[in-house]
Amino acid sequence: MIKFFLMVNKQGQTRLSRYYEHIEIHKRTMLEAEVIKNCLSRSKDQCSFIEYKDFKLVYRQYAALFIVVGINETENEMAVYELIHNFVEVLDKYFSRVRKREYRAEDSMSRSVIFLPVLWDSTACILIINCE
Amino acid sequence: MALTIVSQIFPREMIPAVLPLIEDKLQHSKEIIRRKAVQALYKFYLIAPNQVQHIHDKFRKALCDRDVGVMAASLHIYLEMIKENSAGYKNLTESFVIILKQVVGGKLPVDFNYHSVPAPWLQIQLLRILGLLGKDDPRTSELMYDVLEESLRRAEINHNITYAILFECVQTIYTIYPKSELLEKATKCIGKFVLSPQINLKYLGLKALTCVIQQDPNLALEHQMTIIECLDHPDPIIKRETLEILYRITNGHNVIVIVQKMLDYLKETKEEYAIITLAGKIAELAEKYAPNNEWFIQTMNAVFSVGGDVLYPDIPNNFLRLLAEGFDDGKEDKQLRTYAVRSYLALLEEENVFYPQKFLQVMSWVLGEYSSLATDVDPEIILTRLHNLLKKTFVTSETKAWIMAAVTKIASCTSFSKTVDKLIQEFSSSLDTCMRQHTFELKHLCEDKVLMKGLLPFDASCDDMVVDASLSFLDEFVAEGLGRGAAPYKPHHQRQEEKLSQEKALNFEPYGLSFASSVSSSGIAGRQSPTGLSFGSDTSGNSAETGHKETNTLKLEGVRKLWGKEGYLPKKESKVGKEDEPQAAPCGSLLAGRVAEPPVPQSDQVSSLSEEEKEKQQLASTLFVGLGSNAGVSLMGKVDLATQKFKRKSKVDEAQSSEEASDMQSSAASDFGPLLDTVPITKEDCDGDKHTTLRKPSLCSSDTVEETLQSLKKPGLDDKLSHSRLSPLSLFADGNIEIFQPSPSSQCENVNKTVQLPSLAEELEELPHSEVVELCQSDALALYLCKVWKDDSLLLVVFVSNKNTSALNAVNLVFEKEEHFQILESPSCLFSVIEAQSVGRCQRCVWMDKVCTQGVISGFVDYQSEMETHLEFSIPLSLLDFIRPMEMTTEDFGKLWLSLSNDVKQNIKMPSSQDSLSAALSILHQKLKLHIVDIIGNEGILACQLLPSVPCLLHCRTHSGMLALWFRSPCSALPDGLLYQCQKVMEESQ
Repeated sequence: MIKFFLMVNKQGQTRLSRYYEHIEIHKRTMLEAEVIKNCLSRSKDQCSFIEYKDFKLVYRQYAALFIVVGINETENEMAVYELIHNFVEVLDKYFSRVRKREYRAEDSMSRSVIFLPVLWDSTACILIINCE
Repeated sequence: MALTIVSQIFPREMIPAVLPLIEDKLQHSKEIIRRKAVQALYKFYLIAPNQVQHIHDKFRKALCDRDVGVMAASLHIYLEMIKENSAGYKNLTESFVIILKQVVGGKLPVDFNYHSVPAPWLQIQLLRILGLLGKDDPRTSELMYDVLEESLRRAEINHNITYAILFECVQTIYTIYPKSELLEKATKCIGKFVLSPQINLKYLGLKALTCVIQQDPNLALEHQMTIIECLDHPDPIIKRETLEILYRITNGHNVIVIVQKMLDYLKETKEEYAIITLAGKIAELAEKYAPNNEWFIQTMNAVFSVGGDVLYPDIPNNFLRLLAEGFDDGKEDKQLRTYAVRSYLALLEEENVFYPQKFLQVMSWVLGEYSSLATDVDPEIILTRLHNLLKKTFVTSETKAWIMAAVTKIASCTSFSKTVDKLIQEFSSSLDTCMRQHTFELKHLCEDKVLMKGLLPFDASCDDMVVDASLSFLDEFVAEGLGRGAAPYKPHHQRQEEKLSQEKALNFEPYGLSFASSVSSSGIAGRQSPTGLSFGSDTSGNSAETGHKETNTLKLEGVRKLWGKEGYLPKKESKVGKEDEPQAAPCGSLLAGRVAEPPVPQSDQVSSLSEEEKEKQQLASTLFVGLGSNAGVSLMGKVDLATQKFKRKSKVDEAQSSEEASDMQSSAASDFGPLLDTVPITKEDCDGDKHTTLRKPSLCSSDTVEETLQSLKKPGLDDKLSHSRLSPLSLFADGNIEIFQPSPSSQCENVNKTVQLPSLAEELEELPHSEVVELCQSDALALYLCKVWKDDSLLLVVFVSNKNTSALNAVNLVFEKEEHFQILESPSCLFSVIEAQSVGRCQRCVWMDKVCTQGVISGFVDYQSEMETHLEFSIPLSLLDFIRPMEMTTEDFGKLWLSLSNDVKQNIKMPSSQDSLSAALSILHQKLKLHIVDIIGNEGILACQLLPSVPCLLHCRTHSGMLALWFRSPCSALPDGLLYQCQKVMEESQ
């Protein structure tokens, strides 16, 4: 079961967050900060799965952008790891030009955030629900 | 879009209102709408499973939907439902297997491919479902063996996502009823994972090992070198996973090393959550397997000082109880306690050391209780230490209270103490009221030594104190008070009830009228069910449960049970332990010897081992001592060689490696020998399905299978073994050859038809009862069941019919314990003999303990025969089996109605054929056995009870073709269940 989905840049700012379980707003920020700290502190040759409290984090880095997914014990880490990649591929296909800017310039993220809910609904959904 | 929103943010209370709308959408022509509808229903199921009960058959339709997306969405619901109740969905196994076969075979549209792997996440989901279904069930597992093999084979492309599928496959293989051939393949997979240079795969492999290791500790031996390497891995996550493995394989021999490793990690890590869990594990291991007292105390000290205050509170509590309750052997006891006292004194001696509060509390308790055991230590010194502690600022007031208690206890043993006096003086003016209180207590107790001795006897910490809970010494006072005219005391709930009835009393007397008004005022559509777990708590509960299960199932061979729940068990074990040790020692040293010098025949190939490696191997030998104790020393040596080979594998050419692999397979196969069974599979079952049109002969490489077959035969395995097990199944796995094997069960059926069904005894024949149905049968036995609905319970009559021509001896029928049901008499039933062609009868009364709409009581029959001696059966039970009418008057109904709190309301459609209320009620009366209390105008009241005695009241009202149902019951789940039954009955009668 996927608990949350985060997109974070290297400065540790959250760009996109999506929770599949209710968590209070102020707890979210705390959680995000912790999660980001955990992910940023790891080097490339370390494992992409982190045990954090009672759940696990799976993260993947794309240039300056981290995508972090929180899952519970029963989930298959590798499947989620690939799911992230799938998601990025879908993003890439859907707005091929936006994505490149999205990686380089942080400002354009705000634009893609506006698009994302739409995207979530149509294309990615097929793939996302598979693991939800 | 609306459906998406519904599934995201919908509150539970509004579900009934939109449910029909969403149900309609399931038939929508666009597949995306259908899929969204299924998703919304899934969400509803998570929020309130009871409310979507009646549409289960619609999920089934979704599963068979022609669009893959809809089908995939419905799998989520099934996964949840099967998690709840796997027995109820066994009949769907075949469908899932066929779906998976199609997915694996690439029958899906190309859109679903991800890096040329067909719908990987769908596969994972299906594998998970199959794992749940096949758990401990040989018959269901059998259906999925070849599809699992197929997916293992398909997933051989080197891509991350296939690894994910493989991992899921391995997990499924290990959860279902084992089959040796698959297990071998799974083992190979794990080997590949663990040895992979990719760190993520390594992690996955370790995780798989952790799951598997309980079933097969020998696997750990195979990979011991890798495990050792991972233990020193720079990545803490890998390290932690490795420790998890070690934790699972701990036994009496290797506990010291493993706990040492865990403590090392514990000291390094800073994350709070990790500390908590790890400390808990260490404490558990230490309690279970501690080899001696000194080690135990020291380990616990380390745990306390590192874990500190974040520990679960039951760790120190358990530790203290262990010390206090003592063991069978008084001497051992005393040693342990004395050692504890000494070690704590030594710890306290060091100045300026900060200890966590919990540790201090433990210390002070032990010192207080047992300091007198250390006879050579002056109590004065202990008191001074404690006194010093009290003066420190970091000590919290709670800890201070513990220390004061200790001081008091010590003071009771000594005649006079300067320190105590000093302490009293110092703290009697303390600002802390608690401290002051304690000091005064101490002061007064000191003045009266006799009382003190009586109050604080030595070593009485586990004797139960008798407390007069009923406060009978106050009776006199109460009687006096009553005599003077005081009102008798009423408990809180009674007072509240009285208040309530007083309020209601006025408008309640003319029953019909006021009732109607009260209904209309609160009869707004929408039902508020207090039942149903919230999603969050559900998952957390689950995880807790699984965690619990894991610790419970921790079982290893050759474990010396030293630290059980009752504490140390030296008396029983002392002899065995002594015998054990000399045995274990040579075993260990032998292994160490073997490991230290590289195996002679291979020395020309393997260059001499480096010093470092030797060290690692030594560590390995200490770690894995005792794991293979069941197999003996020779096996351990052998497996060690196997690992060596494995490491070399990459360099050696293909042929040789396959030979080696088969070598290992054969050794593994002989281990699993007893697990095998040779039940043939019939293909007929699969072919009956409508999906056959889609199935094409799958294109699998028969070559590889044959190769493995050959290689397996080469090592000269037992011929019988390979023939009976491998050949038919692996041929069958090819899928090209249709094998029709007459199954023994079909023969039995023919035989069965000639056997007459048993009948009930006469006195039961008069009661309402079901027809006699067949439960299961084997060659010798047939089981039949008849349900008799008695007034006070459900009577299950099980007939055991002997089909043989000879008598059967010692037939034992056992019902397994079920959380939902309660079997009133003993759960087993023994027939000493059942004559040829005759029937034995076993009757058991059953009550429902926890409300559920459907449930199963399972059990088995053992009997003496040449071949099969174990036959399992399961009896499906429904809520209706336990519902009985409840006769009462209208007034009684009114009173009871008010006293019940859980209510559920729902509007349902009236059957179109008969629209009068009385007709509808008579349906409920006939089908659900509800008692009609009264009918007034367009309202009716009914009553029933769930056995043994849980009432449920129902109020019905008709308006414009709808029937408004309003349930009330003291049990929260009962109204939901009944509502579901009502809906079903009403739909049927339409």
